[in-house]
Amino acid sequence: MKEAKKQGGLNAEIQSRIGHQLRAMYDDVVRQGVPDRFAELIRKLDGPEAAAAQIDETAKNDGRD
Amino acid sequence: MPLTDQLRDDILASVPSLRAFAISLSGNGDRADDLVQETLLRAIANIDSFQPGSNLPAWLFTILRNLFRSDYRKRRREVEDAEGNYAKTLKTQPSQNAHLEFEEFRTALDKLPQDQREALILVGASGFSYEDAAAICGCAVGTIKSRVNRARSKLSALLYVEGAEDFGPDETVRAVIGGNGG
Repeated sequence: MKEAKKQGGLNAEIQSRIGHQLRAMYDDVVRQGVPDRFAELIRKLDGPEAAAAQIDETAKNDGRD
Repeated sequence: MPLTDQLRDDILASVPSLRAFAISLSGNGDRADDLVQETLLRAIANIDSFQPGSNLPAWLFTILRNLFRSDYRKRRREVEDAEGNYAKTLKTQPSQNAHLEFEEFRTALDKLPQDQREALILVGASGFSYEDAAAICGCAVGTIKSRVNRARSKLSALLYVEGAEDFGPDETVRAVIGGNGG
């Protein structure tokens, strides 16, 4: 029983370390905030039609290569 | 619902976590930002189908996740070539050791099957409930739980037990204990 407890503890330690690394990777990006390009994008779009038009344009450009 | 100023603000407030999700999924900062841009365009183009009062971040994450999956099939090879690109998106360069540890973690994360990686990120980093993560991925709650568990045990095998990728959790722990002498 003592051995099983020790193994569980080690596993928990590894899992907590993995959780920490995952959140560190993620939160590093979250802390970068909102890049200007996205703030501008959302500000300049009047509504659904403008967004749909830009999607079409992007698709056309992507089709070039 | 119509695109109100409040809704614009709410969408904008989700951008940092959308970027973190995109980078965690793709491992490539440039492609992640393209994914976020397309997610925002599609969200606004389809804003009429968003139910007021429902979970806006979960809705946006669903769009991004579906875009990534359709894109991923097209560009699988590019993704595999992009290993290590993520580090370039960091604002501050981590110290040498931390950097190495970070690269190892990123490499291990990229080795997980797509289903397991996205489930782990949504629950373990984005902080979604199992229920929300299941809705985002279009599967049952039990499926998300088992994907997260498999992701965790595979990561622990990859990171902390060399060559033990095929071990189950119990064998993994035993191998870690047995490997302390070497």
